[in-house]
Amino acid sequence: MDAGNLTLQYLLSGITKGSIYAVVAIGFNLIYSATGVLNFAQGEFVMLGGMVAVTLAHFVPLPVAVAGAVVIVALVGCLLEVLFFRKLRHHSVLHLIIITIGLSIVIQEAALHIWDEKVRSLPYFTGNEISSIKLFGAAISPQVIWVLATVAVTVAALHVFLKFTLPGRAMRACSSNPEAAMLAGINIPNMRTLSFGLSAALGALAGCVISPITMTHYESGAPLAIKGFAAAIVGGLGNPMAAVLGGLLVGVLEAFSVSRLPAAYNDVSAFAILLLVLFVRPHGLFGRPGGEAVREH
Amino acid sequence: MALLEVENVRRSFGGLVAVDKTTFQVAPGQIKAIIGPNGAGKTTLFNIISGLLRPDSGRVTFHSRPVTGLKPYQIARLGLSRTFQNPSLFLRMNVLENVMVGRHSRSRWGFAGCCLRWPGQPREERNIRDTAMAQLDYVGLAPLAHCPAGALAFGQRRMVELARALATEPTLLLLDEPASGLNTKEKEDLGQLIRKIRDRGVTVLLVEHDMKLVMDLADDIVVLHYGIPIAEGPPSVIQSDPKVISVYLGGEVQADSAGGELSAKWSQSP
Amino acid sequence: MTRLRQLLPFALFALAMVATQGLLRALEMEYCLTQLTMALYYAIVVIGLCLVMGYAGQVSLGHGAFFAIGGYTSAVLTTHDFSRFKAAGWAGGLKQLHVFVGQQDLFGNQIMTVSPWAAFFAAMLLTLVVATLIGYPALRLKGHYLAMATLGFGLIVNKTVLGTAAFGAADGINGVPEWTLAPGLTICGKSAARVSNYYIAATLVLALLLLLRNLLHSRVGRALQAIHDRETAANAMGIDTAAYKLRAFVLSALLAALAGVFFTHYTAGIGPSEAGALKSVRYVALAAAGGMANLWGVTVMSTGLNYLSLRGLFGSYDHAVFGVILILIISIAPDGPLKPLGKWMGGLASRLRPEGRREHGAA
Ligand SMILES: Nc1ncnc2c1ncn2[C@@H]1O[C@H](COP(=O)(O)OP(=O)(O)OP(=O)(O)O)[C@@H](O)[C@H]1O
Ligand SMILES: [Mg+2]
Repeated sequence: MDAGNLTLQYLLSGITKGSIYAVVAIGFNLIYSATGVLNFAQGEFVMLGGMVAVTLAHFVPLPVAVAGAVVIVALVGCLLEVLFFRKLRHHSVLHLIIITIGLSIVIQEAALHIWDEKVRSLPYFTGNEISSIKLFGAAISPQVIWVLATVAVTVAALHVFLKFTLPGRAMRACSSNPEAAMLAGINIPNMRTLSFGLSAALGALAGCVISPITMTHYESGAPLAIKGFAAAIVGGLGNPMAAVLGGLLVGVLEAFSVSRLPAAYNDVSAFAILLLVLFVRPHGLFGRPGGEAVREH
Repeated sequence: MALLEVENVRRSFGGLVAVDKTTFQVAPGQIKAIIGPNGAGKTTLFNIISGLLRPDSGRVTFHSRPVTGLKPYQIARLGLSRTFQNPSLFLRMNVLENVMVGRHSRSRWGFAGCCLRWPGQPREERNIRDTAMAQLDYVGLAPLAHCPAGALAFGQRRMVELARALATEPTLLLLDEPASGLNTKEKEDLGQLIRKIRDRGVTVLLVEHDMKLVMDLADDIVVLHYGIPIAEGPPSVIQSDPKVISVYLGGEVQADSAGGELSAKWSQSP
Repeated sequence: MTRLRQLLPFALFALAMVATQGLLRALEMEYCLTQLTMALYYAIVVIGLCLVMGYAGQVSLGHGAFFAIGGYTSAVLTTHDFSRFKAAGWAGGLKQLHVFVGQQDLFGNQIMTVSPWAAFFAAMLLTLVVATLIGYPALRLKGHYLAMATLGFGLIVNKTVLGTAAFGAADGINGVPEWTLAPGLTICGKSAARVSNYYIAATLVLALLLLLRNLLHSRVGRALQAIHDRETAANAMGIDTAAYKLRAFVLSALLAALAGVFFTHYTAGIGPSEAGALKSVRYVALAAAGGMANLWGVTVMSTGLNYLSLRGLFGSYDHAVFGVILILIISIAPDGPLKPLGKWMGGLASRLRPEGRREHGAA
């Protein structure tokens, strides 16, 4: 394969992974803007989505399994909000961080005990491991097309939801101005629950479509959460659509660093990018510097 | 020679200009007041002077040294101390410890010395405690020294904050609405206390909405309106300044009765 | 007099340590001291974390990394063969200074390594530099951002260790030699030295607690708490908040590294999981369980829980236990379970007292 093709191959793999990071980042943003909680357990939604779908796929057709997984994980997300975050809203940032970390660990361990430490995966949605589509000389697995299409459709749908539907606008109102939203008769606690549910559903969907490519494992959520967070920061926290760009950027950079660095340092480069952006532009590459990004109470 | 000089200071937040074209001086030994309606930019000005905010342009000089761009703690070490509009005590500590924090810039032992109780450190610690206790006594709160700061009433918190600011041994003290939330009796005591502080040689710059208190206390007053000073002078002049009257009372009132009306109106405001 | 009263808890702690050893000896369970010693070393990390999180109010999800930096530096320097520098003049000089020492490796070959003491100082120096370089930019961040930055730093250390052959990759480093602190006081895992090592660890913890107690009851401790409460007000009161946060962070990183060095010599090795996110999070859980701003609570809780974990009491639910601890404590008793417990006992005592008096009156 010539150099151009190789570059294209890296780019594609970067975009594929990056689109998953983007979905995780959007999930972070949804919850963060609606509740002020940075949900460290975001990656677990992705993992759970994959795991539940793999199990359901034994009994029902694949599309039903995926839909079932999304619904179940969304319910889990709502449940977490109701159980843990409703009462805790007035807690300090430190407490919120700790509790989401605790949830992340417990979900992981629960997954370990419900399933086991084996790596599993959903079957390819169409074709199989070896089938590929030629595009500009690069070989693309059909699953990549599935991932990209799913993410694109989801992001577009979410955009429409937030911008043009009543609940979506209510959700945005709650984050930009909770007092006004409350006066306008919006039920803020419900909006917060909705944000958790939506965010969990997004994560689960991402977990399903990526499962055939990267496999699902009880520990596969945490690294995704951190890279998804990196994507959210690169895009600027609180801006769901910029997170898409952030995710793609992180994915592509990671893919190209694989070509330069030994595979063992794969994640190191992604985390180094995270630190660099945090230290140099904590408000994100696309955001404007504002007191808010760095000053929290 | 002025102790504090504010020269042509401007600060905006996004599109909103909070302070602009502001120039005034505070002479040593003065009690100077800054007044103006809500949102006039008084607190912003205090934040600029004490280094919590940077001005977009203009400069602040303290003790003939330019302090724009210095960090708040550096300015505090030069002898400028302040209280906040919303009392901001350290709630994890008791009252005495809060005031002891005020001694920080007047003490010197660092991490290593404090860990090891190096000879001299325990003595310094005792000094800090004694001085802080004396300051608490000065504002009349010595009996509450060992109360948790969070257990105090609003007015008492203001007093502890004042003691904490005094503990830094300032030459200039900035007080942001020290009388808000106090009852009439407490306000009177506060007025006397501020005078006593001035007589100790501390220059005072205060923001206050209570006109009676301001007119009684201040040697000199600056009036801010939408961030811009519109008048400056002793209370008698300010009370009869037509511009000030028109800002507060819509310009309908006769100049000679305005002083009384002003105090009446403003002492009602919270 | 007051000074004596302040020292009372330390005396009680020392007494409890001695009593524990006596009890275990009487029960012929002295083998338990091994895990207790390890738990005491881990407690040092949590005590350091208590300084940064409980007092200065700055989150760190990367303290495992500092433990690992200390441990790995020691392990690499004391096991790596530097014989190829033997001929060089500087190596001779360092040998004269006992920085380099001759030794036998696992296979009986004569090798030249760095002495444990020199490695210890190197580890502390490296930690100082790394903590400063990370802390300086990171501590300008707040809340979630700081948490993520420290987590990211920890993961970088973790993945670097895992990916580097010189650090033993996934196997870590074994065969770390014993460390003779003073004649008769050797840090090693031999069962003959079990009791003395237990006392070394206990003494170290006690000494560090004493130093930190002094620190926290001084202008520095008050400054840190002021920063935690209201950073702007603290700054306006003359506290160089950035410098204080950084110093507290570096000090606590040094404590973690110190624990790492001792732990590595004690267990004769170290593995990559010590730098993992789960370890760092566990330290936070333990600090939370002890009440964050409570040196004694943190020491007791972290020694106790880590001991149980090391004895394998939680079995395959080990991580889950710490996750549940985090959730329960924060949602039920955010100040740690000890404070409400103390209050409850105080309430109980005051409820019992009047009755006691009544009985007295009747008698
Ligand atoms: N950090 C900030 N970000 C954005 N706007 C600000 C900020 N601080 C102050 N402002 C705005 O600047 C203007 C001046 O505020 P400032 O607090 O200085 O007024 P003030 O004179 O102290 O009012 P008050 O009497 O109510 O205390 C207000 O319109 C306020 O909304
Ligand atoms: Mg104000």
